[in-house]
Amino acid sequence: MPIRLTVNNQLHELVVDPDMPLLWAIRDHLQFTGTKFGCGMALCGACTVHIDGQATRSCVTPVSAVEGKSVTTIEGLATSAGKAVQDAWVNLDVPQCGYCQSGQIMSASALLASNAKPTDADIDAAMAGNICRCATYVRIRSAIHKAAESLAISPPAKS
Amino acid sequence: MYFRHMTDTSPLWPARPASEVTRRQFLKLTTLAGSGLTLGALLPGCGSGPSSSGAAAGPAAPLTMTFLRIDPDNTVTVISKHLEAGQGVWTGLPAIVAEELDASWDQMRVESAPAKVPVYGNFAFDPKGSVQGTGGSSSVANSWDQLRHAGATARAMLVQAAAAQWKVPAGEITVSDGVVSHPGSSKKATFGELAGSAAKLWVPTDVKLKDPSQFKLIGRENLPRLDSRAKSTGKQQFAIDVMLPGMMTAVVMRPPRFGGKVASFDATKTKAVDGVVDVVQIPRGVAVVAQDMWSAKKGREALQVTWDESGAEKRGTEQLMKEYKHLARQSQAVNVAKVGDADAGLKHAARVIDAEFEFPYLAHAPMEPLTAVCHLSPEKCEIWAGCQFHTVDQMNAAAAVGLKPEQVVINTLAAGGTFGRRANPESDYISEVASIAKATGAKYPVRLIWTREDDITGGRYRPLNYHHITAGVGRDGKLVGYRQRVVGQSLVAGTPFAAMIKNGVDPTAVEGNAAEEYDLDNVHVTWTQPKVGVPVLWWRSVGHTHMAFSKEVIIDELAQAAGQDPVAFRLALLQKHPRHVAALKLAAEKAGWNKPFPKEKGRGRGVAVHQSFGTVVAQVAEVTVAGDKITVDRVVCAVECGIAVTPDVIRAQMQSGIGYGLSAALRGKITLTDGHVDQTNFHQYEVLRINEMPRVIEVYTVPSTSPPSGVGEPGTPPIAPAVANAVRAATGIKLRKLPFDLAAARSAKA
Repeated sequence: MPIRLTVNNQLHELVVDPDMPLLWAIRDHLQFTGTKFGCGMALCGACTVHIDGQATRSCVTPVSAVEGKSVTTIEGLATSAGKAVQDAWVNLDVPQCGYCQSGQIMSASALLASNAKPTDADIDAAMAGNICRCATYVRIRSAIHKAAESLAISPPAKS
Repeated sequence: MYFRHMTDTSPLWPARPASEVTRRQFLKLTTLAGSGLTLGALLPGCGSGPSSSGAAAGPAAPLTMTFLRIDPDNTVTVISKHLEAGQGVWTGLPAIVAEELDASWDQMRVESAPAKVPVYGNFAFDPKGSVQGTGGSSSVANSWDQLRHAGATARAMLVQAAAAQWKVPAGEITVSDGVVSHPGSSKKATFGELAGSAAKLWVPTDVKLKDPSQFKLIGRENLPRLDSRAKSTGKQQFAIDVMLPGMMTAVVMRPPRFGGKVASFDATKTKAVDGVVDVVQIPRGVAVVAQDMWSAKKGREALQVTWDESGAEKRGTEQLMKEYKHLARQSQAVNVAKVGDADAGLKHAARVIDAEFEFPYLAHAPMEPLTAVCHLSPEKCEIWAGCQFHTVDQMNAAAAVGLKPEQVVINTLAAGGTFGRRANPESDYISEVASIAKATGAKYPVRLIWTREDDITGGRYRPLNYHHITAGVGRDGKLVGYRQRVVGQSLVAGTPFAAMIKNGVDPTAVEGNAAEEYDLDNVHVTWTQPKVGVPVLWWRSVGHTHMAFSKEVIIDELAQAAGQDPVAFRLALLQKHPRHVAALKLAAEKAGWNKPFPKEKGRGRGVAVHQSFGTVVAQVAEVTVAGDKITVDRVVCAVECGIAVTPDVIRAQMQSGIGYGLSAALRGKITLTDGHVDQTNFHQYEVLRINEMPRVIEVYTVPSTSPPSGVGEPGTPPIAPAVANAVRAATGIKLRKLPFDLAAARSAKA
């Protein structure tokens, strides 16, 4: 039985082991490689995607568990919070090796979607699941504040 | 989405005739290299002919040189001989070229050079450039002259082309922000428009470089990184993202103990797993090859291997440390440094400190686990990886598949971190993927992925180390003797890099010792190399990771014993080290060292200064100790790295080095029990997370007109001792064992 899931607003049917983690389904079978493998145990956050808007570790989420749900990867990130986060990341030159940054950005944009003005403590709590071995953490904090400011200045149009 | 660099005509490969080195050029190169002259700008052509070989070069042709290419679309692409692993060379190297070329920053691009020596060799490794590799924080330093000449040469050719086209004297032409102009006739052209004509010209060999006072891009604050957008949108391609048609994915089952070997294996259950296509034995274990990563992993879980552990390392780290302590008291140590008479000096000491330091094995744990792709055919082996040792990897891949090195094509991609891990003499992961391609009969391209467990348990750690230091100060507060015994594995013994061992001393095991860093009258440092089967490797800042710690902690304790200020005590011992003095004074000034630190319970500050890889870094750390928890509130960092090429990258590297060093100080530890590694993933091998990163890190550079030195590693060594010294200032507790364990140190004191 094919598994039907929506990734970046497109419906896909996959014939794979239902236990296959979403991470490997989207990377190896749908070839959205922006989402990264880091640990396979939800310990590092490199694989973070949004499932129905919630930041989720795709490396421990069976692909069968997202049947009928909407998955957004870094390639499909188009929310105003997501764009603001990406712009702040570029403006402050957050990335170094860059490998963890897709996951960082997915976590940060989910944070801003639920908390428009996070404090440093809020950021630490929301982002502690995302490891960066280059330790870009100081800039991650600054970039999230900057993205929050830019969203406050030009809030997303109400639909 | 297939990999874009599949053929030699792709943009990654400047495989145009003009970039080939002729025999004559090669001779010239080797001669020049031997004389210490730089040569980057001299290729192609070396004054021996037109720069582009074909008559086809015309107005719409590129200007192709060894280190840069100017395309008709007006982009300037710098050919990076170095790996970008986060340290910022894809910004630093283009900045050097763009400066001398007077290019616009917007038109700069970068791509990886092929593996080729000596043309892309690292002259910081050896004067002949016989190895291409990235390490020792050498990328900017060993590219500085090369790329300045490259940029200036291309600029001169563009000017000459414009002069010929406009029929005006070259001396009247100006170049600024990517535009070539002749003010007298108001004529203007872009680089792209002139590239084709410039490519037909002979290459000048006598270009003039700018005076540093004319620099516009070098030293510019906040010059944007060239890779930030790609790395913020998921578009940056790493080796793990390479997708080739028909490609299979492999994982390897390796021996559970270092030195173990495959005795036999049963793949029956593995072959029954959906998606598994092959199970093959390779020199380092048994590879499971499947249609995707998940199937490969499941297949490996079902694999049954019997190991021959007759030659395996079966000791644990507790036993090893006991043996190291015993070894430290034996007489077979070799002299690392001996100045004056430390033992005699210590007899005159009024106060003596006798201290033991213990350092654990550490895994590098880059975020992208080791990954490589191999496409093997009868005459050619193509590799895609985040290569840190390009030509070493090329040779090892060649050996694994039975081809000549020149038949191995190395495609270097951005690496998701390395910290030294990808630069290993055996090219372990690249040898493995090549071996798998060979063992499976080259039926398909194959991608090897190490899982995080493979990475954490896979060895090549920063070595376990034991230091014993006896040092003292006289009645006058002066340091009278410093005796240090170091026990730790060699990084290079038994490898092709063993030639680095001089007079029995592996410098990478003991670099940055007190004799090198301070003016001491009586100092004696010795080293003992234990025989241990745990593979070790350079880990961001290498020997400095442990040598800086014990030195800076002891110096601080000696200052206290002498009743002196820790900064003043150091300054008095650094009179022959003006760059140390400059960095230390700047850090102290910016940290407000001369003002009393607020006397609050559990708060303290500490300082450390250390030179590594030609760069001096001083750091002042402010901490809060609450119960057994250490919080680093603020770090003030001063760096003396010569000319600051890209100040924001320097700032980023200091922040990064501090975070990486703090991770080791607070959390990092690999232990072994009966030869088995105890940690498997990030729940056991803990690393620094955002909640433990200091809130404030201030970075200042010492103004300098000296050629630049590196910044990728030197931010790491001082942070752990600065924090330990701050904790001692706050609590009186001496942290001499890493990672820090306040509860244990407190009970040891009691």
